[in-house]
Amino acid sequence: MVDPITVNTNAGETLLRFRDDVVHDEPAVTLDAFLGQTNATAVRLEAGDDARELLDHLGQIALVEISFPTFRDGRGYSAARILREAGFEGELRAAGDVLVDQIPHMRRCGFDSFAPEKPIDGPTLTKLLALYPQPYQKAADARVPVWKLRHG
Amino acid sequence: MYVYDEYDQSIVDARVEEFRDQVNRRLSGAMTEDQFKPLRLMNGLYLQLHAYMLRVAVPYGTLDSRQMRMLGHIARKYDRGYGHFTTRQNIQYNWIKLADAPDILAELATVQMHAIQTSGNCIRNISSDQFAGAAADEVADPRPWAELIRQWSTFHPEFTYLPRKFKIAVIAADEDRAAMRLHDIGIQLLERDGVLGAKIFVGGGMGRTPMIAHEVKDFITADHLMSYLEACLRVYNRYGRRDNIYKARIKILLHEIGVDAYRDQVEAEFAAIRELGIDPPLAELERITAMFAGPAFATDAPDTVDRSDPDFAVWLDQNVAAHKQPGHAVVTISLKPIGGIPGDASADQIDLMADLAERYGHDELRVTHAQNIVLPHVRKADLHSIWTALRDAGLAEANLDLISDIIACPGLDYCSLANARSIPLAQKIGERFAGRQRELGELKLKISGCINACGHHHAGHIGILGVDKKGTENYQLLLGGSGAEDVSLGKITGPGFDEDGVVDAIERVTDRYVELREGGERFLDTYRRVGMQPFKEAIYG
Repeated sequence: MVDPITVNTNAGETLLRFRDDVVHDEPAVTLDAFLGQTNATAVRLEAGDDARELLDHLGQIALVEISFPTFRDGRGYSAARILREAGFEGELRAAGDVLVDQIPHMRRCGFDSFAPEKPIDGPTLTKLLALYPQPYQKAADARVPVWKLRHG
Repeated sequence: MYVYDEYDQSIVDARVEEFRDQVNRRLSGAMTEDQFKPLRLMNGLYLQLHAYMLRVAVPYGTLDSRQMRMLGHIARKYDRGYGHFTTRQNIQYNWIKLADAPDILAELATVQMHAIQTSGNCIRNISSDQFAGAAADEVADPRPWAELIRQWSTFHPEFTYLPRKFKIAVIAADEDRAAMRLHDIGIQLLERDGVLGAKIFVGGGMGRTPMIAHEVKDFITADHLMSYLEACLRVYNRYGRRDNIYKARIKILLHEIGVDAYRDQVEAEFAAIRELGIDPPLAELERITAMFAGPAFATDAPDTVDRSDPDFAVWLDQNVAAHKQPGHAVVTISLKPIGGIPGDASADQIDLMADLAERYGHDELRVTHAQNIVLPHVRKADLHSIWTALRDAGLAEANLDLISDIIACPGLDYCSLANARSIPLAQKIGERFAGRQRELGELKLKISGCINACGHHHAGHIGILGVDKKGTENYQLLLGGSGAEDVSLGKITGPGFDEDGVVDAIERVTDRYVELREGGERFLDTYRRVGMQPFKEAIYG
């Protein structure tokens, strides 16, 4: 999906979603709460939480929300990749200090949903997402790295 | 040399467009300075004391004459007619206007250059041995590996908001001309059972807590280099400290958890990702390597040089090194004239060096981490002509690795972080020792204007650290550091000095060295043999 769908949730959040399934409406629980009550289907990871602790439970999780307390804190990018590399196909949402210039990188790391604290300018995002024709490296998205284009 | 294909060019062109848009959004007020800052930093644009500074990447320090001329053109058109070559083998311009920055990047893109990731908390320009491809002692040219890493690290989506900046160096010889073990990751290529691979060191660096990198991987082959580096960076990105900017480099992580724990975590991460298709095929390294095949050297070039001109002979002995090809030599052009600003070159000097490279040097130049310029492939028969042209341009100082070949940071003259000036001190030291520097032999002197150590003072045979002492500039003296294969960190002699006092102290140190040295000992060798005490006595009486 190239352009996001804007969704207003019951909780009053505005989401930018790059997926067309129904928004998961169960509130996300903390990692500790999730590991203590195994029937939750939505989890919120704080920046310092270890995403690997979810890997044994991915089958039951529909939504992982990863917190960005400030856009400078890049731990969430690694958390996202770890989940996608382990085969997680549910919604991966970046929440908090999410800015338009960071979203293209977040998309490459596997995020497909965004809950920014402040509104994102749609035309700027569209432009930025289309700016780089192809990436140098393989990541968690489907984009084909330059070396593969060179060598097949 | 690496030549862009359509993919490389389109990525650099897109970057220009992206940055132009970001600058416009900043100038229109759509973005705050706080939001703009990390974006401009990732394009090498700093706000200094007086103006913006733009740092342009010179990947692994390699340039051709067309690129070098572009650097001169930018100095002339957008700066005050000069540029400053840096310890990261880059060039920076100190008087740039924000509104001009997108145009400068557009001009650079026309000669396959950019300012991508020359600052910010991301993977910086990959540095390498300035003698790569010319050195007799290398197992391979390290630059194809550096280029492979450059591409992997460019806009790496996971590693753009690391805890702190991240510097990688690649060498391929036992003699370390790139301070490899003072990098966040240092890579030494070596051959084992006929296969080329890499030894990986992690956790080196200078700054306020200098550390020497630890070996974390004995040998990794090219087919898994990227996934291994990705594992190294991921562990750092997840667990490096973010609570204190001064403890955020990877060296602190290794220091706190220990090299064995770090290695175990990297191995676990590597095991999880090594088969995920992160590594390019070997054909990609082969494609790049073919571009570094090197020039076709004349096989009948005469191997003798007429030394009858005494000034030329002095330069020949000091600034010219052996080349792997008979009849050829490696020239280091000193950017450290006595009384000058270390690493500075005027637009005219930059053009002249480009001309010499084109005419005599197979169109190649290198920037060294000691802030000099190298012509890596020249015929011995042309050395006198090259020297004559350099002399006429004020570029023939015969002081490579001598006490006046000083590494110095910009210091308080430019930098908003500095506590003390570096440049005037470098000038005074050069002037004081110009007459006897050859007698003192190899003596690497490095000056930093604050504890962030951009002037590599920890790695100087003699290091100087500028500090603020109750509102006045004060200089601490360090002895015994080295950034080479005999890497070590300097130790502080004792109480600091004012500007003239530190020059006097260096004179007392060098006088004592001359009394104590045995045989062909360098200053560093004598220091290591006799220790700090005799020098302390000489300084403080």
